[in-house]
Amino acid sequence: MPSAKPSARPSVMRPVRDIAIVAFGQTDHLRSTDELSEVEMLMPVLHQVLAATGLKTSDIGFTCSGSSDYLAGRAFSFTMALDGVGAWPPISESHVEMDGAWALYEAWTKLLTGEADTALVYSYGKSSPGSVRDVLTRQLDPYYVAPLWPDSVALAALQAQALIDAGDADEPALAGVAARSRQDASANSHAQLRGSVAQGDYVVRPLRTGDCPPIGDGAAAVILAAGERARDLCERPAWIRGIDHRVEAHSLGVRDLTDSPSSRLAAERAGAFERPVDTAELHAPFTSQEVVLRKALKLGADVAVNPSGGALAANPVMAAGLIRLGEAAARIHRGESDRALAHATSGPCLQQNLVAVLEGDS
Amino acid sequence: MPTEVLRAPLVVEFPFTRSLGPVQSAFLTGLRERTVLGVKTKDGRTLVPPVEYDPVTADEIRDLVEVGATGTVTTWAWNHEPRRGQPLDTPFAWVLVRLDGADTALLHALDAPGPDEVRTGMRVRIRWAAERTGAITDIACFEAYEGAVGGEVGPHDGEFSDLVTGIVAHARLDYTYAPGRAQTAYINALSDQKTVGERCPSCHKVYVPPRGACPTCGVATTERVEVGPRGTVTTYCIVNIKAKNLDIEVPYVYAHIALDGADLALHARIAGIPYDQVRMGLRVEPVWTEGGRFPDHYRPTGEPDAAYDTYKELV
Ligand SMILES: [Zn+2]
Repeated sequence: MPSAKPSARPSVMRPVRDIAIVAFGQTDHLRSTDELSEVEMLMPVLHQVLAATGLKTSDIGFTCSGSSDYLAGRAFSFTMALDGVGAWPPISESHVEMDGAWALYEAWTKLLTGEADTALVYSYGKSSPGSVRDVLTRQLDPYYVAPLWPDSVALAALQAQALIDAGDADEPALAGVAARSRQDASANSHAQLRGSVAQGDYVVRPLRTGDCPPIGDGAAAVILAAGERARDLCERPAWIRGIDHRVEAHSLGVRDLTDSPSSRLAAERAGAFERPVDTAELHAPFTSQEVVLRKALKLGADVAVNPSGGALAANPVMAAGLIRLGEAAARIHRGESDRALAHATSGPCLQQNLVAVLEGDS
Repeated sequence: MPTEVLRAPLVVEFPFTRSLGPVQSAFLTGLRERTVLGVKTKDGRTLVPPVEYDPVTADEIRDLVEVGATGTVTTWAWNHEPRRGQPLDTPFAWVLVRLDGADTALLHALDAPGPDEVRTGMRVRIRWAAERTGAITDIACFEAYEGAVGGEVGPHDGEFSDLVTGIVAHARLDYTYAPGRAQTAYINALSDQKTVGERCPSCHKVYVPPRGACPTCGVATTERVEVGPRGTVTTYCIVNIKAKNLDIEVPYVYAHIALDGADLALHARIAGIPYDQVRMGLRVEPVWTEGGRFPDHYRPTGEPDAAYDTYKELV
């Protein structure tokens, strides 16, 4: 199956305005937070990013969020969370039924139009009320696939076996990804799994417990600002030099599961290959997916991949992708990175992928 | 907040009725007749399962071909603990199978004694379900097959008698619902026939039922305040159509009621007064039934009506 054609090589689009991530906050990610409603879980994170910038809710030009009704088991569940952003008097607001990384993309385009100078982006997911493995089956093709109820681990396991057959990985290599991620997460007080974690038994072979993300609840928020506003709000803004997202055929059987051409194309359009990056925050909930992404995104051994621990350390569904953008930005804020790649995914086996390139002023 | 949060099972079930396009209809009808169909793209690839649009070029495709009921495993995963709804209830392998004559693979289950009996490249064949209705589950699963690549492969007109034109896709998800801190307090108070709201520390409004946040200020509401039990009708409507499974005679009145001390009206049914005598400003109180978890309805208190100015902010 050919991937997206590389022939008509696109020129990288330069944003018409300079837009940066100026603040990032996240909850501690926990197996269960059932003492809190979604808005109760989310609100401290919103206050954290507002406090970091000194902005009030009434100062925000545009608000965009990402979440999923299927996690909550309730229709229009996101409307309840809106209470946390002070939505009265009326605000300019939007919601995506996706990971918050895509809400950030929408906010970024809104700022590009010049209609707003600041944006609040947040997302949250409580996986604890349901069975996230089963919940995620409802995003599959309803005619040929969903009636078979293949859960998210099963589909990732098919991809992992394809990688092993192709010689791109073996089980010890996957275990190495797991160990490195949880070790790196030792320095991340928000992470759910930190330090040494047993690789465990097979969940769906060839994936073991250690190859799979923890199931948990959490929320994240970022603030975007344009131009001089960004410099006012943040000492070292994380400028979004490019951002793009691409999707592949939903049918797994037409895709080469050992590759991620959509990630590569998104990275190319975002300008990721123009100069090397020093950091990459990859949204790879399964160890095998990091192997696929490293190859697709041409990340060398000198790139710090998931210094936060990544989704293997904390995977609040619908927020984990936004957290990758936030973690990459926070490294730039702290001066630990000058040029970072951030990636978010959605759908089975890396079906949809978003890539952003972030830079700090030198 | 040391109070124990409430939890309750929540089941979400829905039967999605979906219509099929011409290609999916032919494919699923074919399965009922033990015939596997694919589609041919302009550049000559055969896609199984078939789709109506080329995933690369987005060209509409309609050329059906019949492929084999035997094929080759392109990747697999051993599922030692089958979950609800999956094709087999004994341990099995998930497989992507490229059927003979096809260029793409179909996802399904493979019945095998253990993971040592499964490998990429192994030959398999379809085990048909005994009862077939025109659904992907008409393939019960795959099974090992010692045979060469082959079988009849060629054009198919897609014509069957009694075409399947739709499927019902059943979904069921199980949750444990926990309403969180603020709503737990509200529900617990109701069991003592009390109504509690929460006051915003910033604008001092009392929200009922409380959801834990002030939508105006965007801050947590934590100070618990008992409101009511009496209140004032701020607005109302007369319901003339009987709801299914609801044992209330029509017409009846549904109203917004501002409980004394609350800054948000909640809604409830008004009874104990002819429907055409309910009015804005009417003073009401809750009526509880034996074992009820919330007021069954509100009835007039007999007090003089409240002046409009006292509740106009809450209309
Ligand atoms: Zn308030």
